[in-house]
Amino acid sequence: MSMVQTVDNVALLPAYLAAGTAVLVLLADLLVARARVTVSAAALGALATAAGAILVGGGGERRTFCVGADCSYVFGGRAALVAVLVALLTLGVLGLSGPLLRAGATPVGEYCFLLAASMTGGVTLGAAGDLISLIVALETLTLPLYVLVGLRRGSLASIEAAMTFFVVSVVATTLTLLGAALLYASTGALHLGRLGVLFAEQPELLDVPLTTVAVALVVVGLTVKVAAVPFHAWAPTTYDGAPLPVAAYLSTVSKLGGVVALLAVVQHALPARTTGPVLALLAVLTMTVGNLVALRQRRTVRLLAWSSVAQAGYILAPLGALALAAGRTGDARAAAYAAAVAYTVFFVVLELAAFAAVVALRPAGADGGTLEELRGAARRRPWAAVGLALALVGLAGLPPGLAGLFAKVTVVRSLLDGGAGWLALVVAVNAVLGLAYYLRVVAALWSTGQPAAVPTDPTPAVAPTDPAAVATGPVATGPAATGPAATGPAVTPTEPAAVLVRAKPVAAVLAAATVVALVVGFAPQLVLDLAAR
Amino acid sequence: MSGVVGQALLVAVLAVPAVGAVVVAALRHDRAARLVGTVAAGLTLLAALPLVAGGDNGGAGPDPSPAVRPWHQVDLPWVPGLDLRLHLGVDGISWPLVVLTALLTVLCCGYTLWKVPSGGSGRALVALLLVVEVGILGTFLALDLVLFFVFFEVVLLPMYAIIVGWGGPDRHRAARKFALYTLFGSVLLLVGVLVVVTAAGTADIVALTGGTGLARGPQLAAFTLLALAFAVKSPLWPLHSWLPDAHTQAPTVGSVILAGVLLKMGTYGLIRVAVGVAPEGAEWAAPVLGVLAVAAILVGSLVCLAQTELKRLIAYSSVGHMGFVLLGVATLTGTGLRAALIGNIAHGIITGLLFFLAGAIKDRAHTGDLAELSGLRETAPRLAGLLGFAAVASLGLPGLAGFWGEAFAVVAAVRVGGPLWLTLAVLAALGGALTAAYLLRLLRQVTHGRASSPVARLGPGVARAELLTWAPLVLLTLAVGLAPILVLGVAQAPVDALLPGRP
Repeated sequence: MSMVQTVDNVALLPAYLAAGTAVLVLLADLLVARARVTVSAAALGALATAAGAILVGGGGERRTFCVGADCSYVFGGRAALVAVLVALLTLGVLGLSGPLLRAGATPVGEYCFLLAASMTGGVTLGAAGDLISLIVALETLTLPLYVLVGLRRGSLASIEAAMTFFVVSVVATTLTLLGAALLYASTGALHLGRLGVLFAEQPELLDVPLTTVAVALVVVGLTVKVAAVPFHAWAPTTYDGAPLPVAAYLSTVSKLGGVVALLAVVQHALPARTTGPVLALLAVLTMTVGNLVALRQRRTVRLLAWSSVAQAGYILAPLGALALAAGRTGDARAAAYAAAVAYTVFFVVLELAAFAAVVALRPAGADGGTLEELRGAARRRPWAAVGLALALVGLAGLPPGLAGLFAKVTVVRSLLDGGAGWLALVVAVNAVLGLAYYLRVVAALWSTGQPAAVPTDPTPAVAPTDPAAVATGPVATGPAATGPAATGPAVTPTEPAAVLVRAKPVAAVLAAATVVALVVGFAPQLVLDLAAR
Repeated sequence: MSGVVGQALLVAVLAVPAVGAVVVAALRHDRAARLVGTVAAGLTLLAALPLVAGGDNGGAGPDPSPAVRPWHQVDLPWVPGLDLRLHLGVDGISWPLVVLTALLTVLCCGYTLWKVPSGGSGRALVALLLVVEVGILGTFLALDLVLFFVFFEVVLLPMYAIIVGWGGPDRHRAARKFALYTLFGSVLLLVGVLVVVTAAGTADIVALTGGTGLARGPQLAAFTLLALAFAVKSPLWPLHSWLPDAHTQAPTVGSVILAGVLLKMGTYGLIRVAVGVAPEGAEWAAPVLGVLAVAAILVGSLVCLAQTELKRLIAYSSVGHMGFVLLGVATLTGTGLRAALIGNIAHGIITGLLFFLAGAIKDRAHTGDLAELSGLRETAPRLAGLLGFAAVASLGLPGLAGFWGEAFAVVAAVRVGGPLWLTLAVLAALGGALTAAYLLRLLRQVTHGRASSPVARLGPGVARAELLTWAPLVLLTLAVGLAPILVLGVAQAPVDALLPGRP
């Protein structure tokens, strides 16, 4: 075998663009050192990455880094969809970061570079064709997030969140790597397609306990990234401690990454007979526990975090149909994978809209705050409140959030196709639980009661920045020029809540996410077609 | 009437209120917005009425297929991946309900023009009423199972918002209970609908009605899920407990829409979807349904006898009345289904009127406590007279609308025969007597006796807006009571087609 490979650089174009973005941001920060330029470079790079992925993905499947028939990099329809989503979500998160960066506690250059680096991992993830590429891509996606979560200077909660995330995530990666190694030991293969073929041709491989352990380790390690119960506990702490835009990134791009990695191994590599029951159990636990605990949350981001745990359960649910023989026929499997992808797409759009609305409703640079602090917010910021309500109602799966409704319909449909009626009923009943807490947030927005004057929560990640410091301090080097100033002479230090974010990019992201949610709500076939590719 | 006009009207029935809601929400001027909303609701009613023309009313014919023959229909693709088509149609089963919905919405919007309940702004209320109308009308018009489900869900949150925004003191709890109960029903509906769709490979109600193409197993599973879903909405005892709270706490117009047409989505769904798509399942579950229906009648009536609050009493009376409707459906006979349909319409008209009157009384006297509401006849004779009329209609006096549904539900049960159904018929008749008892008790307490202090302060007058709102309901109560053919004439053929070979 020749050790010289021909490399299809066109297939790698999206990855080049994403990595180039990171380098560009680094250089821009070094050479120009103006926040506005740095952020613009990151945004342009993300846009270029999305465009590149669309271009390459439109031309049919391309493979490279091949050894015989097995390729480590397969850029097909799914990979293009993932790359576009990751790039656009990164762009969205950049838009949401304005208030945070202006608040001054976060270094702009590092922030944008890490975000772009993470995006690179996400863009290559969908194309990974072997277990090692997959894990490396996933780690490239995750590694910058440890820093991003803890990047806020002087915030204890932020560091605590980063540590939690780091420890849990590293353990998970170790498990996955161990599983991959054991798989290699027992089968001699690492390419996803090769593993799938081996398991189909030699079912006796599954009788070896080592193989079962290896499969379990790989699946369990990846479910940590999805924040599925019982490996979910890091999510609420990390989301709540992280700056809001980073929490948005964690719950959209990072979750998307976990789902894509899990789908890749379940779909191509691992035997459904073994993974099916595990995934069914995880799905049931995840949505039920997520929803039940979310009912008791008092802090906005924690509630969103638990809800996103529950949503991971809905994403996993279609894969649970693989537990039954009826769910393992060719058609049912294809429907299950397509349903999981479709649900993920609907979910990340709605989740981004929800976080954008929370950012818009909160003072610049503040954390998510408590539900009490959102009370009556509809009178102050009616459009942002409407956006949050739409997104949450969509997550609950009810009209007018048609995107969420059709997402639920898709999942239930694929479950019934696979003969897993019981799991469909579990999903259905969980939707009722979900509505209970989403309604609480929506009702609070329009509540006529007085908002709590002072936040009394003991664990705010960072106090809303002193407006005087915002006006004079680090903002000089921050991207103060990227939007209208959030502070004015009318703001007195005694009313931090009045420092409302009037940043245009945040509003633009909220509007864009809401419009996309409405469009895919009325034309869900778009998403279903993309997901089935 | 040509097909194109019918189709245009069909689309208009949904599009006009939808566009109206958007316009109302966008307008800044409150009163102008309410006026626009009322006009939109009026246009919807005008579009709904002529749908009956061009319909094939008499020709039942010996050939029972297809079992649903819409007078007009629109069929457009929407989401092929989910078997969802924008398939709308109207026939004799749905048309009376469509007209009732459109009428009650006009009356509610008009009433809001005159008086906005305290809470939010009037235009938001009118916009929400129109959205609710779109959902209800869509449910009645949908001929695609998935579309039916989508419209069924559309109603939920706007109604929640109406209760939370303009309701009584305990509105938050009541609204949450309403939303969660109803969502519980509709997620079961989702699973039931998709069980049918995956088993049969189509979501077309026209093709599915009659149970063709569906094996017994899926039919039983689907009927169980669908019946549970509709039992929550109707509501059927013991799944009714959201109803009294929601109806009591909702503002007057909300209660009218809730009781008048929202509950009918459940009974309509039971007839059109559950019985239509899974007849074998219906046959299998009919005795259970019948027993629960009679339990609802008796429990509803007995609870009413103990009520001390005006709106709550009327709300609970719905449980009993809907019990009669469900008993009619459970018999699975032509007589029973026709009784159910006319019972639906009658309950919508009469209870709508009762809630309007209860709202008027509570607004004037500032209390709904029956003990504090004696002697209404002394100070407000017109109001007392109207309340007497509505109560007497509600208890099923022959000649008024309430009579036909209840009497013929009992007759249908007797005709089915057998010890079970005879017992059910006797118990239901007893329930009818109890209904008379609690309504007469209501009248004795409220209208008769010496005027209590809150009542003594009432003026005798009734506003012109109120009279205009109530008059159509009073007239319809008389009209449907004297000429039930108004409803039954159009429903004859589709009901016969739904139950081939049954009396």
